[in-house]
Amino acid sequence: MPRLSYAAPASVPDAVKLLAGAQGLAKVMSGGTDLLVQLRSGRAKPELIVDTKKIPGMMGIRETADGWVIGAATPSAELSEHAGFSAAYPGVVEGTNLIGSTQVQGRASLAGNLCNASPAADSVPAMIAAGAVAVVVGPTGQRSVPVAQIVTAPGRTSLAKGEFIFEFHFPKVSGKQADAYLRFIPRTEMDIAVVGCGVNLTLDAAGVITAASVVLGAVAPTQVAVDATSIVGSKLDDAALAALDTAARAACNPINDKRGTIEFRTKVAGVLARRAAKIAYDRAGAR
Amino acid sequence: MSKIHVTTTVNGEPAEFLCEVQDSLLDVLRDQLHLTGSKEGCGSGDCGACSITLDGRLVCSCLVLGVEAEGKTIGTIEGLANGDELHPLQRKFLEHAALQCGFCTPGLLVATKALLDANPNPTETEARYWLAGNLCRCTGYDKIIRAVMDAAAEMRGEHA
Ligand SMILES: Cc1cc2nc3c(=O)[nH]c(=O)nc-3n(C[C@H](O)[C@H](O)[C@H](O)COP(=O)(O)OP(=O)(O)OC[C@H]3O[C@@H](n4cnc5c(N)ncnc54)[C@H](O)[C@@H]3O)c2cc1C
Ligand code: FES
Ligand code: FES
Repeated sequence: MPRLSYAAPASVPDAVKLLAGAQGLAKVMSGGTDLLVQLRSGRAKPELIVDTKKIPGMMGIRETADGWVIGAATPSAELSEHAGFSAAYPGVVEGTNLIGSTQVQGRASLAGNLCNASPAADSVPAMIAAGAVAVVVGPTGQRSVPVAQIVTAPGRTSLAKGEFIFEFHFPKVSGKQADAYLRFIPRTEMDIAVVGCGVNLTLDAAGVITAASVVLGAVAPTQVAVDATSIVGSKLDDAALAALDTAARAACNPINDKRGTIEFRTKVAGVLARRAAKIAYDRAGAR
Repeated sequence: MSKIHVTTTVNGEPAEFLCEVQDSLLDVLRDQLHLTGSKEGCGSGDCGACSITLDGRLVCSCLVLGVEAEGKTIGTIEGLANGDELHPLQRKFLEHAALQCGFCTPGLLVATKALLDANPNPTETEARYWLAGNLCRCTGYDKIIRAVMDAAAEMRGEHA
């Protein structure tokens, strides 16, 4: 077996050069909480690990005129400690706060959670619901890709050889807009989502929903968007909630496994969509 | 085969070692630096027995590469006591009999120290959630939580 090598380049061009020029499989590493588990179990067999955490901009949180910029390798603990980002996107932070333990959150990043491409990744539904955009860098330069278009199948992404995510852009939260994330697991900590649901709602001054984004995790090969048009124009009354429940169930295409049957996951998807929508609605109304 | 040379700081002291890329920081701490307080319960981030701080942040050392330690500051269980004088957390774990086999204890102490550094006055619920990634097969956790809450109160000066 060829020897595993490691590099911690200090710039994007250096990292791209290493990744694009690698002979065998090269893997980007952020927090390593997925990659190193897979390395140890033999599921991942890279010949090169490129640690991006020394590249300026890969770690950290900044507020700009347009919203928030999150370095792709920023550990989730830093997100929950950041008062400004947590207030703007409580739902995204609810997702990252559920990733593993305190120790895992000390390393686990948004880019790793997304690019590991698990259907159950906890930060992804709320990121998609937020309309977050990934800034992808690579041999042909830089491009902006909606987070919803990164994962293509379990374990697969749309990134080409040599490409990696440099940072995420979250739009500015304005007016009565807020998000929420809920997941169902059989216990209260340290388990993989049976269903996850991220919701992002915008209301007008009278409390009528003007925009809604609802995204489910763990009920299909990738995260799926729910058709939420039925709640737009409503004040999230019982009829709107029932319509949302139906739409969420219709979006499901789940697997049967020890954590939940197809039937159970589908039902829970409807329940979580309703509950997360109510939380997001109350948060938005309070703004 | 040439190994990689890494220079780092462990419990305030400069340290250096040679390792292979795939060696975890836990392997290095235990096998190269002979700091065997950190334990390997799972090697996959699930049990917390290998808990350390890396630049002040609580992490599982089994999910950090040894080579990542270059230029970093590492805190392990060996840095908790002040010479022969036990840290209040260690004393309280003994007083409350918060251990049986002791395999989980170093990780729990390091994780609790990180909790109290960030939040000297946690609620019991906060302490339980913070420590949810530290598994103990012996105690049933109640004694651990009692020791943590008691130590926190003492460290806040509430027993004086
Ligand atoms: C004990 C334990 C519990 C866990 N619990 C949960 C949980 O409850 N919910 C959950 O969602 N996840 C969980 N995870 C999985 C994992 O912690 C998360 O997916 C985490 O967010 C991964 O981030 P990372 O930075 O550690 O990724 P890494 O391990 O560094 O990378 C993961 C993958 O993404 C790729 N990658 C990393 N950075 C980039 C980048 N910048 N651009 C492109 N590709 C990149 C890597 O090549 C690799 O394929 C758990 C893991 C452990 C060990
Ligand atoms: S040995 Fe690191 S978490 Fe179990
Ligand atoms: S005391 Fe034995 S595992 Fe905790």
